[in-house]
Amino acid sequence: MNRISLSKGTGLLLLAGSITLCSCGENNAAPAAEASEPAAATTEAPATSDEKLFEAVTVPASLDASLADKGKTIYEMKCQSCHKLTDEKLVGPGWKGVTQRRSPGWIVAMTTKPEVMIAKDPDAQKLLEEHLVQMPNQNISAEEARQLLEFMRSNDGVK
Amino acid sequence: MKLSSTNLLLTAASAAVLAGGLQSCKSKAGGVSAASNDAAAKVYVAPGKHDEFYNIVSGGFNGQMSVYGIPSGRMFRIVPVFSQHPENGWGFSEETKPMLNTSHGFVPWDDLHHIALSTTKGEHDGRWAFGNANNTPRIARVSLSTFKTEEIIEIPNSAGNHSSPFITENTEYVVAGTRFSVPLDNGNTDVPINTYKDNFKGTVSFIGVDKTTGRMNIDFQLLLPGINFDLARAGKGASKDWFFFSCYNSEKANTLLEVNASAKDKDFIMAVNWKKAQAYARSGKGKKAAVKYAHNVLDEKNHTATSTIINEVLTLDPKDCPDMVYMMPCPKSPHGTDTDPSGEYIIGSGKLAATIPVFSFAKIQQAIASKNYDGNYDGIPVLKYDAVLHGEVQKPGLGPLHTEFDGKGNAYTSFFVSSEIVKWDIKSLKVLDRVPTYYSIGHLSIPGGPTAKPHGKYMIAYNKITKDRYLPTGPELTQSAQLFDISGDKMKLLLDFPTVGEPHYAEAIPAALVEKNSKKIYKIEENQHPYAAKGDNMAKVERKGNEVHVMMTAVRSHFTPDNIEGVKLGDVVYFHVTNVEQDWDVPHGFAVKGANNAEILIMPGETQTLKWTPDRTGIFPIYCTDFCSALHQEMQGYVRVSPANSNVALHFSTGTNKPAADVAAKK
Repeated sequence: MNRISLSKGTGLLLLAGSITLCSCGENNAAPAAEASEPAAATTEAPATSDEKLFEAVTVPASLDASLADKGKTIYEMKCQSCHKLTDEKLVGPGWKGVTQRRSPGWIVAMTTKPEVMIAKDPDAQKLLEEHLVQMPNQNISAEEARQLLEFMRSNDGVK
Repeated sequence: MKLSSTNLLLTAASAAVLAGGLQSCKSKAGGVSAASNDAAAKVYVAPGKHDEFYNIVSGGFNGQMSVYGIPSGRMFRIVPVFSQHPENGWGFSEETKPMLNTSHGFVPWDDLHHIALSTTKGEHDGRWAFGNANNTPRIARVSLSTFKTEEIIEIPNSAGNHSSPFITENTEYVVAGTRFSVPLDNGNTDVPINTYKDNFKGTVSFIGVDKTTGRMNIDFQLLLPGINFDLARAGKGASKDWFFFSCYNSEKANTLLEVNASAKDKDFIMAVNWKKAQAYARSGKGKKAAVKYAHNVLDEKNHTATSTIINEVLTLDPKDCPDMVYMMPCPKSPHGTDTDPSGEYIIGSGKLAATIPVFSFAKIQQAIASKNYDGNYDGIPVLKYDAVLHGEVQKPGLGPLHTEFDGKGNAYTSFFVSSEIVKWDIKSLKVLDRVPTYYSIGHLSIPGGPTAKPHGKYMIAYNKITKDRYLPTGPELTQSAQLFDISGDKMKLLLDFPTVGEPHYAEAIPAALVEKNSKKIYKIEENQHPYAAKGDNMAKVERKGNEVHVMMTAVRSHFTPDNIEGVKLGDVVYFHVTNVEQDWDVPHGFAVKGANNAEILIMPGETQTLKWTPDRTGIFPIYCTDFCSALHQEMQGYVRVSPANSNVALHFSTGTNKPAADVAAKK
């Protein structure tokens, strides 16, 4: 995966946005966190070898519709203002295809502790560089994040 | 309270010791520095580190409280209480306007003099800060979790609510005593002023505080002689069932009090057995009086205040309630009355007295038991001065005002006229040390100073005159506070720091008791505001007659909706803005051009409402006022206002320039 190294100019931009948490630019060389996800049940490795940024999350091949419904309610209250269900960017990236682009563990981690991910995870840092608005911590529990993940899977056509 | 300040300056300057090295300014350029050599290290709180104490400071004529860190003297926040605050919309938003309602209607200002931090068993518990409104009598309760004013109760039969808001040991009651005696609300109030002695009455209100919620209610009022109640303190320990009120103007003068209320050698400290008063109130000894007062409560779930007018108060007359109230003679117009940490000693500070009398609670009890009276005052027994006196501090200074304690047996009294703080031993009454203040101190505060558990490390002076202490800013200057180290035998000046408004009393509390409870966000799931838009699906614009209600979300970095059309001249528009973010320290602001009020600041998960009556047709920008993100400058929108007879339909949208995406999103 290609990485854009942060230029001095980008760093200034981030500062101008009063984004203080991330120490972007330090972790550019970190290895990719993301494993491409097969359609079947999957687990993935943690982000780095020395630091476990997130736990592996196992998802079944088929959709849990009631879980996805709960996720939809959370989406409408806490996520919809920034994320469309298409692939179109609003504040952050659209969710179409997110479950193919990202591992389940990465999604749950990004949903529950975005400030930690943005501080340490290279993919999260790349997203900040692209969108320039730090994803807020929306006070979402691990259980709720799992429901959101199921809603994302539903949005991506998992039956 | 202005005196001949030239003399004061000279006195203070000559008493001061010039500091070496630390101050970069030469004494010619600024005020005299008397700071100790290690002062800088003692007040330095490194970047990113926290202070050891919160200092909750009254704002005086700004009607607010402010929050400082000790020992750094850094100010963190102004908490609006009795005054409108355009900075965050307090008293301007539809939700908070009812907080400033009174029986006189909307009163958007007051004069907040004293702070009382809630206690349990006489020690700070870190739950609430109470403040008094001096002008239109009210008491407020501020949450130390949200640092928001949660409740304001008006006091009937009162004027100049100065002797307030002092609390009992377990915060069972907060008291409110009248500074101005006045004719009672339900009698003949249209009387000649010179019938003061016949028609004017004083009252002291006991306001019950719910143990769990903090909700206040006026439990009962004492009907008292028409004198001026100044300050008060509850007992603690052995004296916990008692409350002590300083009184002046026992002459009952109604003009030129400066002279006429200073005629007698002694005024009083009034001792009230509040447990007994409570029992009388419960056993039907009181009379219900017709009054009118407002009780305002802010609901944390819907972020909205309601104001209720109450029409009755229970009054207790000492004539019907024996053994409830006593007067203790106290030299010359006492201002402060302060109870030491043990509860045994009550210290009266006569503004015009040459000594400081210290009363003994044990002796008060003996004098009451043996009816050792010196006549009565309007039927209230007067205890013999010598019988209740522990002793007097001789020649302590000029103009004693207030006393705080360090928990090591010492008292610290502020002296306005001689501009100093004097440390003395409570038991032996010997003066141990004195330091000058710059200039003319009013109140002073030691962390935990009024409680059973003082933290005798620091002391803060709140000075009334500033003069040359800071860079000048024209005729009006900042008010100067000063921090002292009192951990050793000698008091040492560490720091000057400027304050806002005009602080009177303040309290300081260990940060550990407060910090851990500080609220970070309002949970959006728990938002019960009737116009909350909990997500963009709930964002909409509705017309109800000529009212247009905009239920809007705010998130970094846009409003939904951000284009609104169909508003007509003659409409009243309510912008109900919900901040749907759940991240600490991400408020959004909202303002609309031409609004005749202020902005609103909306905390994460909160809904606040700005009312706007357009005065002309055209396009009106709206925008976020709180720098929220890199794209904050993009957080804006437009409202179109059309003529009253226009056919423009009500319409709202966000991002409809991408219709395909919107259709997809609705799947």
